[in-house]
Amino acid sequence: MRILIVEDEPRLLNNLAKALREEGYAVDVSSDGADGIYKAEANDYDAIVLDVMLPKLDGWKLLERLRQTKATPVLMLTARESHNDRVRGLDLGADDYLVKPFDLGELFARIRALIRRNAKLPTNKFRLAPSRSTPANRTRCAKDRPSCSLRASLPFWNILRFIAVRSSHAQNFTSICSTRMTPRFQIF
Amino acid sequence: MKFTKSIRWRLLLWIALFLSLALAALDFTAYEMYFTNRIDQLDVELHRRTSAISRTIFAPGPAIEDAIAAPEQEFFSPAMTAKPPEPEKIAASMTRFQSSDPNGFYFAIWLLKDTGPFLLSSNAPDDLSRPRLATKDTGTHTRTRGDFRETFHATERGDCVLTGHRLTPENAAAARFTFWLVLGSLAMLGCGLGGASFIIARALRPVEKIGAAARHIASGHLSERITAHETDSELGQLAEVLNNTFARLETAFAQQKRFTADAAHELRTPLTVLITESQLTLARERSTAEYKESVAASLETAQQMRKLANSLLELSRFDAGQEKLEREPTDLAVLAQECVKLITPLAEERSIRIHTDLPSTTIKVDAERIRQTITNLLTNAVRYNRDKGGIFITVQKEEHLVVLAVADTGNGISATDLPRVFERFYRADKSRASGGSGLGLAISKAIAEAHGGTIEVSSEIGRGSIFTLRLPV
Repeated sequence: MRILIVEDEPRLLNNLAKALREEGYAVDVSSDGADGIYKAEANDYDAIVLDVMLPKLDGWKLLERLRQTKATPVLMLTARESHNDRVRGLDLGADDYLVKPFDLGELFARIRALIRRNAKLPTNKFRLAPSRSTPANRTRCAKDRPSCSLRASLPFWNILRFIAVRSSHAQNFTSICSTRMTPRFQIF
Repeated sequence: MKFTKSIRWRLLLWIALFLSLALAALDFTAYEMYFTNRIDQLDVELHRRTSAISRTIFAPGPAIEDAIAAPEQEFFSPAMTAKPPEPEKIAASMTRFQSSDPNGFYFAIWLLKDTGPFLLSSNAPDDLSRPRLATKDTGTHTRTRGDFRETFHATERGDCVLTGHRLTPENAAAARFTFWLVLGSLAMLGCGLGGASFIIARALRPVEKIGAAARHIASGHLSERITAHETDSELGQLAEVLNNTFARLETAFAQQKRFTADAAHELRTPLTVLITESQLTLARERSTAEYKESVAASLETAQQMRKLANSLLELSRFDAGQEKLEREPTDLAVLAQECVKLITPLAEERSIRIHTDLPSTTIKVDAERIRQTITNLLTNAVRYNRDKGGIFITVQKEEHLVVLAVADTGNGISATDLPRVFERFYRADKSRASGGSGLGLAISKAIAEAHGGTIEVSSEIGRGSIFTLRLPV
C-alpha cells in the first residue's frame, strides 16, 4: 500500500509519515505542491493525504490537476472548518475531508476506508479463501476455525492486503515489491 | 409599542387640539361678526325710522317715505320742538306711513306727559309701554326688550317716539347660522384629522420601512442595505447614514471574522502536531531516546503556540487601543545597532553581511516596541535573503520625520503580494516552513501607527525589498 503525504508543516509531515509507516504503509512525502503533483502523477498511490495550504501550488490546484489524469483517492487536510471549503474540496474531486486537529486513529480509519472504497470491497475485512482477515489488528483466521486467529507480520500482512485489494487484476512482482513500507522491512 | 407613546397618535392628538382651537376661534368670530352686523344694521334702520317719524311729526319737512330714504340727519333741532304737534296731521301721515311699511317695523308715539300712547301701529306688541326716561333726557336710546329691538327718543317737552322690530327672524337666522357653523367646523375637523392621519401615515411609512430594514440587517444580514428612494429627503439621508454605518460594521465584522478564523487556523496546525506527536509516541513502546525526542518536539511546538498566542494578544491590545506606549527620548542609532548585534549570528550562518549607516538620531519613542519592530524587519531580511546576500540598515533625519530603512538582497516580493504583506497571517510564500507566525509585519505596522508613524515596503523582483519605517519627531 503506497501513500503520498503532501504537507508543508515539517513536524506534522514527519509525524504523519512515521505514524503511517508504523501502520504498515509505504509512505512518500512531499513538502510543497509542485513536488506533490509531480509525485502524485508519476506514481500509482493507493491514497494521497493532501494539505490545503501549500507553498508553490495549493491543495485545490494540485487536486484539480491530478484529477485530469488520475482517480487516486485523496484525503484533504485543512485547518478551516468552513462549510464552503468542504463543499469545494469534495466538488473538486477529494474523496474525504479531515479538519485539523484530528486524531491519528481517525486518519488511519479514513485511509483504510478510502482504500476499501477504491477497491470496491464491502468491508474492511477481506477474504483470501478460505481465511478472513481484519485490518485493524492484522489478524487472519481460517474459515473453518473462526475462533483461532493468526497475527500476521507487518510485511506479510501488507502483501496479503495488497493482493486482496487488487485481486481483480494480475499483479507483477515489481508492484508487489512497492508495497514495502520501509527499506528496513523489505522482504524480497 | 405603547399606544400613547406612538408618534402617530401623539401627532394626531396635537393636530386635533390645535385644529379644534382654531376652528372654535373662527366660529366665535364669525358668529359675533354676523350677529353684531345684523343688529347694527337693524339699529341703523331703527334710528332712521325714529328720526324720520320725529321729523314728520315735529317739523314740516318731506314726506315720511322720503325721510326714511334720506340720509341720516340730526333727529331734532330746537326749531322743530318749538312748534307744538298737530295731532290730526300726525295721524294722517302715520296712517299713510303704516300702510306703506310692510317690513315688520312698528312704532309708538306718546305726546307730552300723557301716559297712554297717542298713536300705536297695529303690529305693535301688546305689552308695549312708554319707556321710562328722566325728565331732562332728550337722547336716543336703543334697547332689547325680550324678543324686540327698540329705539326711542324723547323731546324736552316729554314727547316720545319709539320704533321697534321683532327679533325672532334674527334669532332664528342666528341659530341656523350657528348650526351650520358648528356642522361645518366638525366636518372640517374630520377632514383635517383624516388628512393629517393620512399624511402622518405616509410620512411615517419610510421610517417604519427603514426601521424594519435596519432590524433585519442588525439581526445578522449585514451585507444587505436599506433602499431609500428619495435620497435628498431627511429620511434618505438617515438611510444613507445607517447604510454607511452598516457598511463599516460589515467591514469590521468581516475583518474580525477573518482574523478569528486565521488565528484559529494558525493555532490548529501546531495543535495537530502536538496531538499526532503524542498519539504516535503513545502508540507503542519506545526507546528512551525516542521519548526524549518526542517530548522535545512537543515542547518546541508548544513554544511556537505560546509565541503565536502572545502575538495575537499583542495585536488585539493594539486593536483595542489598550497598548500604552512608554515614550522616552531614545537614540534610534543605538537601538538599531543593538538589533544588528542580536541578528548578526543568524546572518552569519548564511554568510549575509549587514551594512549600517546609523548617524545618532534622538527621538521620543517606546524603545522596547521600536526594538521589536527593527528586530522583526532584520529577521525578515535575513530569512528572505539569499545566501551571501547583504542587508542595509540606515537612519535618516528629515524635516519632521525620522526614516529608518532596512533593505535586503533577497528575491523581492511580487506585485500581487506587495500590498498584502502587512496583513495578518499573510505569507507571500504560503509556507509555514520558514517558521514565522505570519504576524510580525502586522505587529510592526500596529507599532508604527501607534507612534503616529507609517511603515511601507517597496520591492523589485530578483533585487530585493526595502522596508521603510517613518516616525514623526
